Amino acid sequence: MSTTPAKAETKLPVLVREADRPRSKLAEFGRDKPLQLDCGVALAPFQVAYQTYGTLDETKSNAVLICHALTGDQHVANVHPVTGKGGWWDIMIGPGRPIDTDRYFVICSNVVGGCMGTSGPSSTDPATGAPYGLDFPVITIKDMVRAQTMLLDHLGIETLFAVAGGSMGGMQVLEWCASYPRRVFSALPIATATRHSAQNIAFHEVGRQAVMADPEWRNGRYFVEGTSPRRGLSVARMGAHITYLSDTALHRKFGRRFQDRDNPTFSFDADFEVESYLRHQGSTFVERFDANSYLYLTRAMDYFDLAADHDGVLAKAFKGTRTRFCVISFTSDWLFPTPESRAVVHALNAGGARVSFAEIETDKGHDAFLLDEPELLGIVRGFLDSAGRARGLVT
Amino acid sequence: MLARAPRDLTMAETVRGPGGARVDLLLVSEMVEPGSRVLDVGCGDGELLRLLEARGVDGRGIELSREGVNECVAKGLAVVQGDADTDLASYPDDAFDYVILSQTLQATRRPRDVIEHMLRIGRHAIVSFPNFGHWRIRLQLLFYGRMPRTANLPETWYDTPNIHFCTIKDFNEMCALTGARMEKAVALDPWGTALKIDAPWWFWNLFGEQAVFVLSRKPG
Repeated sequence: MSTTPAKAETKLPVLVREADRPRSKLAEFGRDKPLQLDCGVALAPFQVAYQTYGTLDETKSNAVLICHALTGDQHVANVHPVTGKGGWWDIMIGPGRPIDTDRYFVICSNVVGGCMGTSGPSSTDPATGAPYGLDFPVITIKDMVRAQTMLLDHLGIETLFAVAGGSMGGMQVLEWCASYPRRVFSALPIATATRHSAQNIAFHEVGRQAVMADPEWRNGRYFVEGTSPRRGLSVARMGAHITYLSDTALHRKFGRRFQDRDNPTFSFDADFEVESYLRHQGSTFVERFDANSYLYLTRAMDYFDLAADHDGVLAKAFKGTRTRFCVISFTSDWLFPTPESRAVVHALNAGGARVSFAEIETDKGHDAFLLDEPELLGIVRGFLDSAGRARGLVT
Repeated sequence: MLARAPRDLTMAETVRGPGGARVDLLLVSEMVEPGSRVLDVGCGDGELLRLLEARGVDGRGIELSREGVNECVAKGLAVVQGDADTDLASYPDDAFDYVILSQTLQATRRPRDVIEHMLRIGRHAIVSFPNFGHWRIRLQLLFYGRMPRTANLPETWYDTPNIHFCTIKDFNEMCALTGARMEKAVALDPWGTALKIDAPWWFWNLFGEQAVFVLSRKPG
């Protein structure tokens, strides 16, 4: 293609600039420190964008790693540089919050394959000088965790006091505990599972097909060709967003109410409030998220199957673990329903692990882990206080 | 020693010792060797686990009610939401020194399976339960011809969670069938105080309002 990357940059400045030169802390790894990926590729050079909050203590024992979900990023408790909105887990993290930044050093990094500054498909491929697009290797949850271990090595942190995350973030938490048990003192896998179900893979496939059906996707080369698959990505987001909520929550929020009108227009306008809401969700999402990243990250979740990596026996993944676990699920979460969390608990019990497990009653669906759920906040606080006492961080 | 409650307080469960703890739970906690590993099945709001923690015990809990679990976890206790009937199977053999079932046996669907699992998971099992052979209960059935209700067991037959009542004698018989060895047995009066130790079984079965058994697997 004759189009230069410089031209592409003028077309979509924000996302491309954020991918290569993020407004975040940056750990850069040269050709001598490749990221070994499950697919066999050694990714180098590569970079990890991250945010930190609080202060690392002298013994480097108070670090808490937050793993973000599919469409999250490292801006967990600060104003987002692209959207200008607050952090996605502001309610959980901050001074005096359950994950207390007066007490803990909180780290959150963008996952590999993401689009907010850690190497991903929208990053510039040093081989061509253009964004990778589909030339970026396919990544897995384990690859995300490997990149995080390299960041921790870079920061000189051997052991995490805690690792926490919901949904895809919870998958990373479980992978941490299975692959690097000695580096994790306590773990909070929330609204997650040890494998992606057939139904969830199916939803992801619909989302990916929506992106790829957009003529502006151009086989993933939209930056180079100066197009943008915003309609496809927007539809993918609309579909996915429904799965994050619940029938009850949608009905309570929108019912069958009309949007700014008293009668149906007998057209395909967004007559209903719920349609208008979904369209808004879709259109704001494309401003901050890269379509190819969406393909890569959904794929990573689909491939996740922790038991399969351990002879099909989940208990083997956690054998002999000394990590303290707090597993949390939500009654109305139909994307990662409680039985998925219970399977984790049973595998941990089989290994004699110290585990707490709470199912929180809410009608807010999968997204409940991001919301102001007093029980969730109380449980996280109580669990971390207790772990902190055991670790000697809390008196 | 344990403080005696005033006579009009007929609920052993509400009788509290000097530290404010339930007398029956204090008694159970004192049966556990300090420093051991304990699983409390049906741990409620975690009161027994807290008592055990004070004795340097590494305690875990299972609780059916969501409120109970969430309260426990928020207190920092290692408690999981689960069901004694279905979730004990996920624990490996000999994982604990003691498995405790406190005032829960009568609410399980398959009490014998639960006891067998407890003896498999733990070296010792401690079981406390209300004695349906207590004279008050016998008299209620005899004179009124209706399902007994007491201060300790106040629910009507149609809304009680207790579906498998037994007497001290019945429990003894089941223990023999499961091959459990009885290490210790204590019957409590309605105020939570242990009855005279050397009384015969018929006496305990008539006057014990609840019983606490410490069991272990028979060798071989």
